[in-house]
Amino acid sequence: MATIQNISRRDFLKTTGTAGALVIGANFVPGGLVKEAQAQAVASPNLFVSIAGDGVVTITCSRAEMGQGARTGIPMILADELEADWDRCTLWQAPGDETKYDPAGKDGQNTDGSRSTRHHLDVMRQLGGAARKTLELAAARKWGVSSGDVYARHHRVYNSRTGKSFDYGELVDVAAGIKLPEGDIPFKDKSQWKYIGKDMPGVDNFDITTGGANFGADISIPGMKIAVIERSPVFRGKVKSYDASAALKVPGVEKVVQIPHLPDDKPQEFRAMGGIAVIGTNTWSVMEGRKKLKIKWDSGPNRVHSSRTYDNKLRKSAKKGGVVVRNRGNFDRAIKGASKVVEADYFVPYFIHTPMEPPAAIVDANARPVKVWACTQSPNETRQYVSEALGLKKTDIECWQTLLGGGFGRKSKPDYVCEAAILSKMVGAPVRVQWTREDDIQQGYYHTASAHTMKAGLDSSGKVVAWKHSGSWPSILALWNPAQKTGFGIEYGLGMVDAPYNSVPNIRIENGEADAHIRVGWYRSVNNIQHSFAQNCFAYELAAAAGRDPLEMLLEMIGDADNMDLAKDGVKEYWNYGDPVEDWPVMPVRLSNALRTVAKKAGYGKKLPKGHGLGLAVHRSFHSYVATAVHVVVHDDGTFSIPQVDTAIDCGRYVNPEGVLKQVEGAAIYGNTIARYGKITTNRGAVQQSNFHDYPVSRISNSPLNVRVHIVEDFVHLRPCGVGEPGVPPYTPALINAIYEATGKRIHTLPIGDKV
Amino acid sequence: MISLRVNGVSRQFNGDPRMPLLWYLRDELGLTGSKFGCGSGLCGACTVHLDGGAVRGCITSVEMAANKNVTTIEGLDANGNHPVQRAWRAHNVPQCGYCQAGQIMQAASLLNQNPDPSDKEIVDGMAGNICRCGTYQRIFAAVRSAATEV
Repeated sequence: MATIQNISRRDFLKTTGTAGALVIGANFVPGGLVKEAQAQAVASPNLFVSIAGDGVVTITCSRAEMGQGARTGIPMILADELEADWDRCTLWQAPGDETKYDPAGKDGQNTDGSRSTRHHLDVMRQLGGAARKTLELAAARKWGVSSGDVYARHHRVYNSRTGKSFDYGELVDVAAGIKLPEGDIPFKDKSQWKYIGKDMPGVDNFDITTGGANFGADISIPGMKIAVIERSPVFRGKVKSYDASAALKVPGVEKVVQIPHLPDDKPQEFRAMGGIAVIGTNTWSVMEGRKKLKIKWDSGPNRVHSSRTYDNKLRKSAKKGGVVVRNRGNFDRAIKGASKVVEADYFVPYFIHTPMEPPAAIVDANARPVKVWACTQSPNETRQYVSEALGLKKTDIECWQTLLGGGFGRKSKPDYVCEAAILSKMVGAPVRVQWTREDDIQQGYYHTASAHTMKAGLDSSGKVVAWKHSGSWPSILALWNPAQKTGFGIEYGLGMVDAPYNSVPNIRIENGEADAHIRVGWYRSVNNIQHSFAQNCFAYELAAAAGRDPLEMLLEMIGDADNMDLAKDGVKEYWNYGDPVEDWPVMPVRLSNALRTVAKKAGYGKKLPKGHGLGLAVHRSFHSYVATAVHVVVHDDGTFSIPQVDTAIDCGRYVNPEGVLKQVEGAAIYGNTIARYGKITTNRGAVQQSNFHDYPVSRISNSPLNVRVHIVEDFVHLRPCGVGEPGVPPYTPALINAIYEATGKRIHTLPIGDKV
Repeated sequence: MISLRVNGVSRQFNGDPRMPLLWYLRDELGLTGSKFGCGSGLCGACTVHLDGGAVRGCITSVEMAANKNVTTIEGLDANGNHPVQRAWRAHNVPQCGYCQAGQIMQAASLLNQNPDPSDKEIVDGMAGNICRCGTYQRIFAAVRSAATEV
């Protein structure tokens, strides 16, 4: 944890224009950093909160904003503990520098994995508390009274004996010279919270609604060129030859250059892919120029990758099974003794993020430090990969984050920033690389395709006594190790080995092999999507086979234990979203509680008209426990509509309830795209979809517009859990289970399409 | 030479008349409120008004805007207080915000043409604008409440 200091009088502040203000910083050194970075951290601690003479509070935001509400929620915590007036607070978006702007020291400023609140609640409270305490001590000094006689409230410090008070701004001069006392400053009592737990609208709403908000492509710098790049249709294909003569004739096109492809032995990771770049003075010209390029490609070994055959390989591999990643009891013996055996196969194709803002980045590689502006989730990995691309040190790169027009995991991978860096160096000018929608869909990091074979045994009373899940998918790890054939701990931990059926005595979970032929990457809620789909749909099939009510069946399988110890089931190094299981245990009781809550809210059990169905699903991800009930109406022509969705989310301590609601409402729409349309296919290695006409996404006309979110309060005293992603996984299985209830039809393969 | 008015200001354009309005606005005039989402008229992020009606800036050429009035999100209301903008803030609609300029321009045009839309007319009128964060239910509610004000 950080050492918090009053750094108001440090020399470096005079050069940053903050002299004359109270500045509270944190000095800390995250693990694993080089000595050079440590020295830098000591020399200039971060500036997490500063208060100017006019009382304006500037709070540092070191998390990316991509719609998940970080720029509102995280500063709210600090402002609350500071007893600040929110209307007198302003934000400063920190650049990438994990030695200064990662106060929790846990993720190097990578905004990913639904971590912002759960990793920053305590440290933002500490920083706000330190600033408040400093102001209180300053007031006490000014009045010549003891610190016990003063208290801060709503941007003022009061003298409890006289009732007199100072505005925070009036205390800045004295506060700048106060040394913070040793030891922890006590947090405000929860009963005194003024912002945490209360609805707060988004801080960027005015700018967004008036066109003033800056996203990746909205930054322009003098002398900047614009580039679009034609990349190999097949992953790791190479340019054999190209003819740019026609492209160069397009007015506004100035140059056509080749970004070299990676050497064969260099894994892709987040590096630039190589290709032919058309560079010019405006975006339309370079797009038109790109259309006129004539390129001959060497497709390379990944030309074997056609969904037509590849999907069946995945299915066979899932059937065959492989490495055992969880083993409880004795599945084989239990299945032999079962009264009834049920088996089903599920399949989920690739899909792609399609944030509304296609990737864009501006780099001036010829300045020192190199300047980067990008819609990136991960400014420090951006610095790392850009420095490699330019042959420089990470500390030579400065990275400023714009707002992100959606991220969903795509923008934690800075390949597009590397492209801009390489081109900027090549042409000797700042370059903005603009991705088109076609680039985004055809050159992405795809959510993995996966096949699942499920098998379970029921005893004579209809109780599940044996459960087996065998899944196969190309692994994200192949980005680093192209020969990777199985998944790995992080992927297993994304809803697979932690399947929540804690009352089932015999469980086996296996992972079959698969080759990777495309860039596979994480996507909002990652592998939880397919595991939640297979598990929840199969549980419904088991209920049907047993002739039992699915809610009762699910509750029985999950049980009400307050801890599920996966180590006892042979799970090696359960990932648990990177956090200790002691702090964030797997708690079946919270799943059951969320499920009961949603069933009640949705009116589960009521008789519905013909063609209507109510389906349930429940899933833990990113430590949160989420249950969804989808009400579907299937019409005579097979089309369907969704009049209501209820979701209960138990995310422990939450900060901005309005933010939770919005994330869960949005997750239903994101899930609706996955359920109805999510499907990327390849032919001879090339992605076949290209834009929203053949890769459709949910529109207002086919989305649920009545998503009711119920925040479960029963475990609000526990640590905060993730919110941005956990709403997604239960949506699709709940919809499919609803369609089953409405029609009796089972769906095993995604997507559903617009008709059942 | 093409003459047009953008947010009330007369402009002359000497470049390729086929250049889409979106890129003219963004690259030539620096009006970056209109966004690039698909380049094919499929998502609505680039929606602007041409003589008061919503068009997709990415598939409307500058030539097609000749001698017409173009209004972008920056020019919808001098103080950012068009009833649709106010409704958007009152309903706390935006998440990432990238599509919202286009959504707002679409909604303003819809209400301009039909001040009292039915639920179905709101849905049909907004169906060309994609939001990947999934703010549709708030968009729906905001259009409904703005309709009482325009």
